[in-house]
Amino acid sequence: MPLDRVQQLELFTRMVRIRKFEEAIIAHNPVGHLSIGQEGAIVGACMALREEDYVTGTHRSHGHPIGKGADILPLMAEIFGKQTGICKGLGGSMHLTDTSKGLICESAIVGGGFPLATGAGLSIKVRKTDQVSLCFFGDGATNQGTFHESINMAAIWKLPVIYFCENNGYAVTTSVEKSHGQPDIARRADGYGIPGIIVDGQDAEAVYEVTQTAVNRARAGEGPTLIEAKTYRFDEHSNRLAIPIRYRSDEEISHHRTNRDPIILYRDILDERGLLAEAQAVEVAVTQLMEEAVQFAKDSREPDMQDLIDNMYSNPIHFPADAGFA
Amino acid sequence: MSELRNSTQKLSYLQAIVEAQREEMRRDERVILIGEDIAVYGAQTLFDEFDENRLWNTPISEGSFTGVGVGAALTGLRPIVDLTIASFAYLASDQIINQAAKLRFMTGGQLRVPLVVRLSTFYNNRTAAQHADRPYPLFMNTPGLKVIAPATASDMKGLLKSAIRDDDPVIVFEDINLWGKKEEVPVDPDFLIPIGKAHVKRAGSDVTIVGFAGSLPPSLAAAELLSKEGVDVEVIDLRTIVPMDKETILASVAKTGRLVIADNSHRIGSIASEIAAVVSEDGFESLRKPIQRVTTPSVHIPYNPTVEKQLYPTKDSIAAAVRRIL
Repeated sequence: MPLDRVQQLELFTRMVRIRKFEEAIIAHNPVGHLSIGQEGAIVGACMALREEDYVTGTHRSHGHPIGKGADILPLMAEIFGKQTGICKGLGGSMHLTDTSKGLICESAIVGGGFPLATGAGLSIKVRKTDQVSLCFFGDGATNQGTFHESINMAAIWKLPVIYFCENNGYAVTTSVEKSHGQPDIARRADGYGIPGIIVDGQDAEAVYEVTQTAVNRARAGEGPTLIEAKTYRFDEHSNRLAIPIRYRSDEEISHHRTNRDPIILYRDILDERGLLAEAQAVEVAVTQLMEEAVQFAKDSREPDMQDLIDNMYSNPIHFPADAGFA
Repeated sequence: MSELRNSTQKLSYLQAIVEAQREEMRRDERVILIGEDIAVYGAQTLFDEFDENRLWNTPISEGSFTGVGVGAALTGLRPIVDLTIASFAYLASDQIINQAAKLRFMTGGQLRVPLVVRLSTFYNNRTAAQHADRPYPLFMNTPGLKVIAPATASDMKGLLKSAIRDDDPVIVFEDINLWGKKEEVPVDPDFLIPIGKAHVKRAGSDVTIVGFAGSLPPSLAAAELLSKEGVDVEVIDLRTIVPMDKETILASVAKTGRLVIADNSHRIGSIASEIAAVVSEDGFESLRKPIQRVTTPSVHIPYNPTVEKQLYPTKDSIAAAVRRIL
């Protein structure tokens, strides 16, 4: 089912929101692991999901809740570490989770999300709903044991899970070529007897289409799919991390920025479809929204010690009296 | 009904584990059991009653099936993960420590993790260094978890049922040296023992011994031995390690002025160390003599049973510790 015009503009809006959200982080310099360049893969996948479907994300965590449609103000306040943040300032850049949109974890332990997404799939099967669970991960995470263990379980139990790799080519500074016996991650699907699909991650609609196929398969009880979106990270691993070695060339980065920017590519498509004015209006609106969000974050209060205590256990009565807060 | 409420049945410690799970699985369809070869460890009768949607027999993948439990807990189920042998908790520790214990906090209270993780301590059974750990302190040192270590069939049933009904992750230590011990256990399916309450098993005025799990029986035996020598010993069964019932311990030491702690953990950084520190900080003026820790030396567990059995606290070593401070 192709996207209608409203959905096309929604896809564009969410991509622009991720981009401008992260540009605001660069401008104001809190800690951030930026996904600029990867918006097409993230939003293309999320557009194939319903709000009640589950998503687990990665330490590069800003795109996933925005891609799933989360409100921007609590996300921005979280990046600024404020009590009005979606995680009350306790989670921050690598854990930007909005459960009201189905996000159940952004794991800063690389590969930590595989079991959780698989468990969400198991829960869907036990509760007999028609939800799906989508697990975002990077190419680096596929060398963790949890990748194999989790996909194996999802395959034998036919769980409704979509394993979605944002392959940006580098695990911080280590390239896929130098860390994988064979570089196409989707080919690993053969080892589990499930479909493995490679898609151009800079083509947001192509990502949407392959993800929708996987979602339909999962909802029909046919089990998991492994999708590998070939994408690219334009900026450094983290905005505040000085990388002492050169691991990719300026020419390579420049090539992707100039020719492979998923937002520019999609804006051109919208232009061809006669939607340029609408796309430009989206960009203006998102710029204003980010200014509002930054002001909200700046004006918000810091969390305090009581916030730490209140969020440790479900029933604060059970908070250990000897935890050091005497 | 009142007849049911007041009646008991004779159960072993292992049967109490099975019955607690059976009753909670009957009461709440969200309760599921996950683990390797789970039928082997006492759950075979559960297979007669519950279908495959409630009992998930897994591949050998401790790290990930524990995380599957976490993911299921986040999305509406109340999983019991049976890791069978406590030494396997190290394989699963990322999912327990980095995910289960932290997700509620990191999301600012958006998530709950109603997960039970069962760990059997297989020491004193010729299982050698990689199967004989008693890793209570590892989880005591992890905020966000609750940790129970019952010593009797009644306490196991009541505490395990409380753990399954708890909205936070609870680590349940089972002591295989107690599996066969039988006692009269309440039949009432709502028989619960609150997490966080120690139990004075034997009142006395001269010295306090604190034990738990497998160190409780030798503590009680030491008290019997010492009573023949005219020493009046109070024995406290800790039952819950986190949150620790400081009040009961401090009240006892205020009465007796002397404290011996029997703990099967390795000595350095043990549960005994923590209790000793608590009493030194908050009950120092009550102490008439130095606190004594009776623990397992900080060496690995050997295969040879003659050497192994000398490592753990015994009736005699506990009694000797008491005599040192009379």
